[in-house]
Amino acid sequence: MSLNDILSLLRISLHAMVPITLTAIGEVVGETAGLFNIGLEGILLISAFVGALGAEMGGPAVGLLMGIGTGAAVGFLFSVISTYWKGTQMVTGIGINLFALGFVAFGLIQLGAPGFHDVPTAVSVAKWRTPMGAMSPLILAALVMPFLVYWFLKRTRAGLMLKAAGEAPEAADVAGINVNRIRVLATTFGGALAGLGGAYMSVAWMGLITKEFSAGRGFISLACVVFSGLNPLLALLGGFIFGFFQGLAEWVKTLPAKPIPSQFVSMLPYIVTLLVVSGAIGRVRFPKAIGVPYKRE
Amino acid sequence: MSGTKGASQSRFLRGVHRTLTGLHPALESLLAGVVGLLIGAILMYIWGFDPWKAYLALFKGAYGGSYEFSSSLARGTPLILTALTFSICLRAGMFNIGAEGQMYMGGIASVCVALFVLPPGLHQIVGLIFAAFAGAVWSLVPAFLKLTRGVHEVISTIMFNWIARWLALYIAIFLLVDPRRAEKTLSIPVSARFPVLVRGTDLSYTIFLSIAFALVIYFILWHTTVGYEVRAAGLNPTAARYGGIKNKRTMFLSFVLGGVAAGLAGATIVMGLPPTYAIYGGGALPQLTNLGFDGMAVAMVGRNHPIGIIVAALFFGGLNAGGRVMQFYGSNPVPLEMVRVVMGAIVLAMSIPELIRLFPMLKKQGTEFIELLRRIGRRKDRRQSA
Repeated sequence: MSLNDILSLLRISLHAMVPITLTAIGEVVGETAGLFNIGLEGILLISAFVGALGAEMGGPAVGLLMGIGTGAAVGFLFSVISTYWKGTQMVTGIGINLFALGFVAFGLIQLGAPGFHDVPTAVSVAKWRTPMGAMSPLILAALVMPFLVYWFLKRTRAGLMLKAAGEAPEAADVAGINVNRIRVLATTFGGALAGLGGAYMSVAWMGLITKEFSAGRGFISLACVVFSGLNPLLALLGGFIFGFFQGLAEWVKTLPAKPIPSQFVSMLPYIVTLLVVSGAIGRVRFPKAIGVPYKRE
Repeated sequence: MSGTKGASQSRFLRGVHRTLTGLHPALESLLAGVVGLLIGAILMYIWGFDPWKAYLALFKGAYGGSYEFSSSLARGTPLILTALTFSICLRAGMFNIGAEGQMYMGGIASVCVALFVLPPGLHQIVGLIFAAFAGAVWSLVPAFLKLTRGVHEVISTIMFNWIARWLALYIAIFLLVDPRRAEKTLSIPVSARFPVLVRGTDLSYTIFLSIAFALVIYFILWHTTVGYEVRAAGLNPTAARYGGIKNKRTMFLSFVLGGVAAGLAGATIVMGLPPTYAIYGGGALPQLTNLGFDGMAVAMVGRNHPIGIIVAALFFGGLNAGGRVMQFYGSNPVPLEMVRVVMGAIVLAMSIPELIRLFPMLKKQGTEFIELLRRIGRRKDRRQSA
């Protein structure tokens, strides 16, 4: 294994880290406010698709923005259903995932080829040339965002209100905080970050979109949130661990010699996720009111 | 004299009222179905299709004749089973979204019967046992992780879905591959196949397997002590524990039953779906993909009740069968994937309790109607007592 190999492995891992970290950070905010969004997988998928469409219409920036917008819209829908309309969050999330599966597969057929679609390099986000090779600028966003969110949650009044809405909605309500509105805002923000992650995958990283594009990344992000115990900085670390094993799986597949069948390599990220999550549980404490719609008595 | 007549009439009206409230869940499902179809129609319109023509083709293709009806039933057969997987665990208070992976393992396990010779009858039973066992094992690991390590079942079952998918692909491509046709596994021998029920269609006797399993689950959940414990643990785990119910046992039991159901769903595809009686490998296991997820939609619309699930599976089977007709329908070919869009929209609509309240007009009229019935009943009662 030469230095070049190690560098390319690191490069792939950093790229694979971005969607997981962004989605996980967004979900940290949402779960702090008390909503458990398992529709992240669907948000990643839909926003990757819409982002690719946007990029083809108006360039990479439009693509990313449309991804963010789509993610925010789906996050908003999810949060309105599970706050004001008192929906069951799990079922809503499952609905979003199913809808996304159908919607993207349907859209891909409408674009021509069933199952996948290439995003031209001309409309992809340009990569920066660094000593380590071509790197996407969004890696920087994934590295900075956790610190911003950490500062927001720990050091601002709004962050404290967010926490109150998740820990003790009654008390927050009595203190004059609009619990439902806070939850909607938090989850919409989480959806927007997941949307950025989705658009990044199609517009800035892989340059294509397939009908099962998200490949469990939304759920891996949920695992990452569990691992982090709602600490954004640990979520960054978790994102890097999960990204590394995804990168490792991709990297092993590019090796000329095939030591193990590719199917087993593809399993690796999921097995690692299970191992990490089952090791992390026990020290993690989640908000008391998570997953429960707030109803005034 | 008039008193007794009034009493019988008021009893009748109260009966109507009770039936209407009893039907409330079914009406909600119906409403969610309509909302889902509407959202699908709007999307089709946006993409430039004629939704009216498309749905006409779909429903003709689903229920337009005995061939179409059989085809819908055949599509519904595995959905009943994967829906049961979700429902049993939901009744026990858990979200088991691992039907997909458990079904892959069941399907692959039932292909194994191609490796040995047995008399017909026994051969089918052995295949079903293989599938049930594989599904149960695949769902036991998440249950075990939840019990010992507290891993949330949503995360673990999804990870197991992906692991199952790659494992099933590996087995299909390297271990059970048909030496003459590399794109599929060995076909199971005739002695292990379920015979076709309606000649010329792909509906086979597996439909009875699905329905029987649903009835067995109904019996277990509502007519046995264990089933009572499972439901009690799902409604309120703390209260159930105080009542002396061992939550761990109910959890394991519901996961095992769910895994068995999902495994059998895979077996119905391999052993009861003409013409291949095998699993296509390639990149994606096309016959099996998404049956587990569609099952969740079926479970939700069937209100997580075995009988409701059978009805809902007929509806969703019809969507799948009709969707196949719709996608080749002359000037207006809407891709089959639209069906899954509709399913997702239906589940979203189902997740909103009292969806009907979002339609203030409907709600106003509905409550007025029920209030009217109630008032008539009360007036009769008063007259009777006077």
